[in-house]
Amino acid sequence: MSYFEAKSIAVRFGGIRAVDDVSFDVNKGEVFCIIGPNGAGKTTIFNLISRIYNVTDGKLVFDGQDFTKMPAHRIAGLGIARTFQNIELFANASVLQNLLIGRHTHAQANLLAQLCFLPSTRRAEIGHREKVEDVIDFLELQRYRDTLIANLPYGVRKIVELGRALCTEPKILLLDEPSSGLNAEETEVMGFWIEDIQKDLGITVIMVEHDMSLVTAVANRVMALNYGKVLAMGTPAEVQRDPEVIRAYLGGDP
Amino acid sequence: MQDAARILQLVINGSAAGCIYGLVALGFVLIYKATEMVNFAQGDIMMLGGFAAYTFIATLGMNYWLGALLAIGATALFGYLLDVLILRRVIGQPQFQVVMLTLGLGFIFRAAAGIGWGYDSIAFVTPFTNKVVRAGGLVLGQDNLSIIAGTLVLCGVLYVFFSRTRLGIAMQASSQNQLAAYYMGIPVRSVFSMIWAISAGVAAVAGILLSPVSMIDVNMGGIGIKAFAAAVLGGFGSIPGALVGGIIVGVVEQLSGYYLPPGTQDVTSNVVLLAVLVLRPQGLFGQTIRKRV
Repeated sequence: MSYFEAKSIAVRFGGIRAVDDVSFDVNKGEVFCIIGPNGAGKTTIFNLISRIYNVTDGKLVFDGQDFTKMPAHRIAGLGIARTFQNIELFANASVLQNLLIGRHTHAQANLLAQLCFLPSTRRAEIGHREKVEDVIDFLELQRYRDTLIANLPYGVRKIVELGRALCTEPKILLLDEPSSGLNAEETEVMGFWIEDIQKDLGITVIMVEHDMSLVTAVANRVMALNYGKVLAMGTPAEVQRDPEVIRAYLGGDP
Repeated sequence: MQDAARILQLVINGSAAGCIYGLVALGFVLIYKATEMVNFAQGDIMMLGGFAAYTFIATLGMNYWLGALLAIGATALFGYLLDVLILRRVIGQPQFQVVMLTLGLGFIFRAAAGIGWGYDSIAFVTPFTNKVVRAGGLVLGQDNLSIIAGTLVLCGVLYVFFSRTRLGIAMQASSQNQLAAYYMGIPVRSVFSMIWAISAGVAAVAGILLSPVSMIDVNMGGIGIKAFAAAVLGGFGSIPGALVGGIIVGVVEQLSGYYLPPGTQDVTSNVVLLAVLVLRPQGLFGQTIRKRV
């Protein structure tokens, strides 16, 4: 059985089938990439996986557990973290605070102990801070530790959002257009981070991406979508050669 | 000398009244920060808290502290259910609908309280009723001092709660970015309901602290308007601002009641509100957020 599996998922908004009978599976430790022209349903698939939308049909299974109907806030506890195309950070908080929030699912739940700041709370807080410092070191965010998000350049915010997702200690990381808003150099650096996340941390990555250079650099397998349906699946090279995919991107006779 | 003592006494009494405004304003601010809704029924929830305390202490004959604690808990539960059953449905709707809904709820609460507890002013015995502290030339009611002390303790507890506890930080996170909060594993909807519970609980504290000073009656929620002025003065998104704003409104009110012709006292909070809106619309502690492009 595969590690992560979407079984013929579909979602309809009114009469529009935004995602229509899409099936794919992702192996443990791989970087799986979803590509497609605008409006193909890539981000919709992410929103289905992260339970913002309910699937109309189909099933989502991760590590043997069916999470098709799980509420959105329990996804993090399951081991799935995500980033957003337009960055969703806590803008009036520092980088450190944003990363610490990533530890929420691992935090002690005893309210009274926390109000009194008991030794057990103190130990737990130190543990969380150590985990966060590991992520700060991993992504080289040291010099931004106490900077407010509102004062950071866009490229750094993207890395912070990635870091916050890592602080939840995910098994699967969903990256929604990690290169959007980045210049060519920053995109290349993002590619290195994704490789490190896969190789050093052993985290499985599912990403939506437009930039084919980044896709070619990091993806093990690629799924191409158009109009909510799967066009092709395979290695980056295979998918790029696929005549259906070329037609979807460049146009041509239907 | 006598004049200085009198002014000090007015300031302390004004601060006590101001603490009540501040606590009600705190309720406004907590809910507004989290859900961008302005709850105009906040003053009436305070009234319900006062009546709940009356029921536990005077009717059922409980000890003051136990009765007060139960009343706060009951009002908090009421606030929680209010969100779960009614207000959750209007999140994201235009502000006007929220205003109408909460104003309407206020009317319903007043009518229900009138039917349940009657329209007379009532009071229950507290450890602070009709006792005074004399210090130098000052004569201060223990009831007023208990308001100030109670407010300080509550603020301390809330400060620790919001800065140190998992739930408190989850509340801050949910008010800053709901989407991100969900994927940090925070159940945003029930966190919002908890915020309503805290706001209602704080309002109940205000009602209980206020009862020895001005008795409990169906229309005591009218001070919600003064509390609103306090919240605006403080910057509407700021928790310390709400308290400081409340104290300023309370002190100005006391002083104007003493030095200015009769009747002016009742309008001072509105004058303060208008003055803030003209001179410093972002309030004392307001943040103007500049968007970087």
